Amino acid sequence: MTFKPLPASVTPEIDLGDSFVTTTVDAVVNWGRRNSLWPFPFGTACCAIEFMGVVSSMFDISRFGAELVRFSPRQADLLIIAGTVTYKQAPVLRRIYEQMCEPRWVISAGACATSGGFYDCYCTVPGIDEIIPVDIYIAGCPPRPEAFLEAIVQLQNKIDRESMKEQRTVGV
Amino acid sequence: MAKVVPRPQLSFWESIYFVEIFKGLATTLGHAKKNLLSPDNFPTLNYPEEAPRLPQDYRARHRLMKRPDGTPRCVACFMCSTSCPARCINIVAEESPDRHIEKRPVRFEIDLLLCVFCGYCVEACPCDAIRMDTRLGVMSGDNRRDFVIDKAKLMDWDPKDYPLTDVQSQKAPGGSLHQQALEEFRSGTYH
Repeated sequence: MTFKPLPASVTPEIDLGDSFVTTTVDAVVNWGRRNSLWPFPFGTACCAIEFMGVVSSMFDISRFGAELVRFSPRQADLLIIAGTVTYKQAPVLRRIYEQMCEPRWVISAGACATSGGFYDCYCTVPGIDEIIPVDIYIAGCPPRPEAFLEAIVQLQNKIDRESMKEQRTVGV
Repeated sequence: MAKVVPRPQLSFWESIYFVEIFKGLATTLGHAKKNLLSPDNFPTLNYPEEAPRLPQDYRARHRLMKRPDGTPRCVACFMCSTSCPARCINIVAEESPDRHIEKRPVRFEIDLLLCVFCGYCVEACPCDAIRMDTRLGVMSGDNRRDFVIDKAKLMDWDPKDYPLTDVQSQKAPGGSLHQQALEEFRSGTYH
C-alpha cells in the first residue's frame, strides 16, 4: 500500500495545514469510518461460510458496526475476500475493487486468499495481493470467526491512524 | 414415477395469513424478551473480552516440544515438511553435538499464511516434536512477515497452560514435573 498526497485543489483541507480544524475533522471522519464499515463479501469458498457465522448472532459482527453486508461494490467500503481466487476470477476481483469508492479497505481471509494455500497449481492466484492491495491478512483454513472479529478491530485501529490528506492508491 | 406431494389444507384463519403473521411476530418477540430478561444466557460471544472456548485437541497454531534441557525435541528429519500439503514448513538442519542424535534444526519456520492446519505434520512426526494444541486459533495482522514464526516463537510456551496429564509438556523446563523429569533424564529412564 502506497500513500500519495493529493493536490490542494482536490482536498481543500491541505490549505489549512496542521491547524486545529483539520485534525479534528480527521478524528471525526475516522471515528465515522471505522465504526460503520460496510463489507462486501467476495466469498468463493468455505471461508465465506465462516463469514456467515461471523455475521450471525453467535459472534455478531454488528457489535463492531460492520453488519450491513452489501452485495454491490458501489455501496461497500470493506472488501472481504474469503476463498480461493483463480486466475479466471482475478480480473473480476480487480474490477470489483476498482468499482468500490474511496476510502476502501481489503481483508484477505484464509490460506487460499492470502497465499493460495495448498493450491500450488496453474490456475490459482498465489495470494490476492498480487492483484489488489491488502490491509489485513487472516491465517487459518478456514479462520475462526474470532479471527474475523480480530481483523475488524485491527482494521479499525488502522483507519484511526489514517488521514484525509493522504489518498490510498493502487500500487501501479 | 414422481412422488406426489399433497398441498397442505389451510383453514380459514390460516388462509388469510393475517393471524399467522402475528404468531410469527410473537415468536420473535418472545425470543427478544427472553434475551433481554436473562442476559447471562445470551448466545453471543463477546470476543475481545471473552476468550473462545476451544477444545484441547483443536488444531491451532503449532508449537515445538522440548527436551528437559530446553533444546527442541525435533531431530530435523523433514517428515513434517515432506508431508505438508501446503509446503509451509521450512527446516534447516545441522549436526547435533549429542552423539546419540544425528541432526537438530538450526532454523524451523512455519508460514502460517500458507498453513492449512490439517495436522499432517503432527501425524508424521516420529518423535512427538511438533504439536498443534496451543489453542491459539486467532491469527490476523497487517504484515505478511509477522506470520512466519521461527523456532524461538514455536518454543515459546508455558507448561502451566497445559493439563497435568500432558506429561510430555510438563517435562519441559519450568513445568511442575521438571525436577522429576531431570532425575529421569539423568538415570536414563526418560523417554
